[in-house]
Amino acid sequence: MKNGFMKTTALALALSVSATGAALADKANDTLRVAYTKELENVDSYFNSSREGVVLQRAVWDGLIYRDPETNEYKGNLATSWEWIDDKTLELKLREGVKFHNGDDFDADDVVATVNFVANEENGVKTQRNVNWMESAEKIDNFTVRIKTKDVFPAAIEFLSGPVSMYPADYYAEVGPSGMGLNPVGTGPYKVVEVVPGQHFVLERYEGYHDSPKGRPSISKIDIRTIPDVNTQIAELFSGSLDLIWQVPADQAEKLAEMGDQFTVSNESTMRVGYLSMDAAGRSSMDPNPFQDLKVRQAVNHAINREALVDNLLKGKSKVVWTACFPSQFGCEQDVAEYPYDPEKAKQLLAEAGYPDGFTTEFYAYRDRDYAEAIASYLNAVGINIDFKMLQYSALRELNMKGEVPISFQTWGSYSINDASAMVSQFFKHGSLDTTRDDQVLEWLNVADSSNDPDKRVEYYAKALQRIAEQAYWAPMFSYNTNYVMSKEVEYTPTADEVLRFTNMSWN
Amino acid sequence: MLQFILKRLGLAVLVALTVSFISFSLLFLSGDPAAALAGETASGEDIEALRRVYGFDRPMLVQYGEWLWQALQGNFGESYYFKLPVASLIADRLSVTMTLGVCGITFALLTAVPLGVAAAIKPNSLIDRVALFLSVAGQAMPSFWFGLILIVLFGIQLGWLPPSGASTWRHFIMPTIVLGYYAMPAIMRLTRAGMLEVLNSDYIRTARAKGAGEGRVLFKHALRNAIIPVVSLAAVQMGFMLGGSIVVESVFALHGAGYLAWESIARNDLPTVQALILIFSMFYIIFTFLADVLNAWLDPRMRSS
Repeated sequence: MKNGFMKTTALALALSVSATGAALADKANDTLRVAYTKELENVDSYFNSSREGVVLQRAVWDGLIYRDPETNEYKGNLATSWEWIDDKTLELKLREGVKFHNGDDFDADDVVATVNFVANEENGVKTQRNVNWMESAEKIDNFTVRIKTKDVFPAAIEFLSGPVSMYPADYYAEVGPSGMGLNPVGTGPYKVVEVVPGQHFVLERYEGYHDSPKGRPSISKIDIRTIPDVNTQIAELFSGSLDLIWQVPADQAEKLAEMGDQFTVSNESTMRVGYLSMDAAGRSSMDPNPFQDLKVRQAVNHAINREALVDNLLKGKSKVVWTACFPSQFGCEQDVAEYPYDPEKAKQLLAEAGYPDGFTTEFYAYRDRDYAEAIASYLNAVGINIDFKMLQYSALRELNMKGEVPISFQTWGSYSINDASAMVSQFFKHGSLDTTRDDQVLEWLNVADSSNDPDKRVEYYAKALQRIAEQAYWAPMFSYNTNYVMSKEVEYTPTADEVLRFTNMSWN
Repeated sequence: MLQFILKRLGLAVLVALTVSFISFSLLFLSGDPAAALAGETASGEDIEALRRVYGFDRPMLVQYGEWLWQALQGNFGESYYFKLPVASLIADRLSVTMTLGVCGITFALLTAVPLGVAAAIKPNSLIDRVALFLSVAGQAMPSFWFGLILIVLFGIQLGWLPPSGASTWRHFIMPTIVLGYYAMPAIMRLTRAGMLEVLNSDYIRTARAKGAGEGRVLFKHALRNAIIPVVSLAAVQMGFMLGGSIVVESVFALHGAGYLAWESIARNDLPTVQALILIFSMFYIIFTFLADVLNAWLDPRMRSS
């Protein structure tokens, strides 16, 4: 199934005959046809953990707050203003006159019911991190609510403008997550008119949409089909039955871009960072464990040619990353130790650490086999002999939680949350996925995570990130990017957070 | 005949139970369902909580027993991934797979049997050579590649057929050809070999000697005997198509049961995988059983063995 050569041959054939295929968008019917690659588990945004779900969430529902993806400025959406009345209580004034797609009025009861439902761990929200910072919500009057946080949580505004959407209280109480997944109801710019679970979603412009900072949609209908094979997606694009695809692999996007007149190919960065995680805490069964030695970790860092990986494999808007967070995130200090590509120095460091002939280690990966193999060959070149193991995500994660992984190629997308806590605090606070367990880092991150003073947060994230880099706990390598391919009829400028915004799309 | 059928039926049930037990134990070893369920962002505590809620912390035999008891009552549980009843999820996808499987095997039989017969009547003739070429090509070509070639040709260049999807009968033409073509060579070679052997046998000479017409000799006397191994093969191929059309379903975006099984394994969606394995093995068993009965009907000698 994944035979690259044969697929490329077929694709090359497709491209060579493309001149005859008329790429006509369904502009006449005002319907934009989009392909998903993955089967979305549940449209209810609290019960899926995939990119496809985030895309639908932003179209169908609204948050209390909105972050402008261009300026990163926070604006009111379902709330019109907000204010911290103490360290852990946020008071919000709600917008009046907003109606859900089913005709229900939006008011404080909806906010209270949504927050209290999702914050309760027993209700099993799939993406706990997005909601478990909230303690509860309380109604003050019909259009005023207070949200209480469990601890001081400065990233609250960011979360309220991202993954936390407002649901209609009565309807949700009646149908629950499964019912919401089959017949979603929100206040967003698009309403859902058809759901075939995992396969097909049809959205229609919501004519009663309120005056939101998201703006009013231009295209009246969005038709989303799940097509697992990217070659088939490209064929559909050629035959004129799709208008937009994304996550197109770099080599295919390049070929499509060369064809110039038929498609628009845009590349945009995503927040996903690829890094090597090493067992600095010595939890694995390796004895002696080389990764407990700072020199070995530095050698790993020096062994990898990050520029070459970015230029030849990831391409596009990917960048070399030196930090345990994505550079645009709040608090993601960029002034940290860097380890330029220097295989001789890596060998020397290994020798100093007592491994003049190198050593053998298991090396785990779960995605992007081509990247993982390239990284493994860099390590092999300096004498770290790799026993390469490719696992399913869940299997690798389980091994990792048990601390049985000496070194692995990992990636983290931060859920498009533009705050360093979404990455560095996820992995360096002695949780089961923390492979380093540095008390000093933990202390600094605790200060940064729980302060409402932005300057103090920046200062302490910087301290923690600088120590992580000095200690070479990870080998951060690069950020990811994604390719969007659109028919020439479609006008859309992708954003750096990999959220497709149908509302901002229009016909040329 | 009845005794024969009962014996085969008993065997079939035992096979189904064994398959479901082995697959259950293998899945159990393959990964942590709680970690898969919780997704990327969950902490260790979240995963522990999920493990308790779903009962993954209990002994495997207890979990298997409970699953089997529920399955016997037609309750396959709720998919961890889709949060929908597994039974309705599968029923929905199975219709696509069944349509594809029936079309595929029909296509394969309708093309392979006549070609096989023609090749056997005139061995080493042009038609035999063409048939041989087709069968070698069919075995050698990976089906995803053949599928993409068809899409390029009929979907893009000629624009006759929709490249992917399952909304009309026209969507099924290309997948049927790809799936059927894969089963074709074996059926054709077996028909040819069977016919060649039978055509040289004594009773065919007898039939010809008593003055039976060539058509009657070929179809009444020869084919009925030559087709017996083909029936078994076609039944096995049919079982294979229903469970194994993963690649074709994926290339043509058909969302059938095969693709669901493939994806569910990657997602550690245990209830769905378990139910699908049971259903696929039942298909296999039912078709093998039907082939046995059909063969016994075609060839009375088999009933006694």
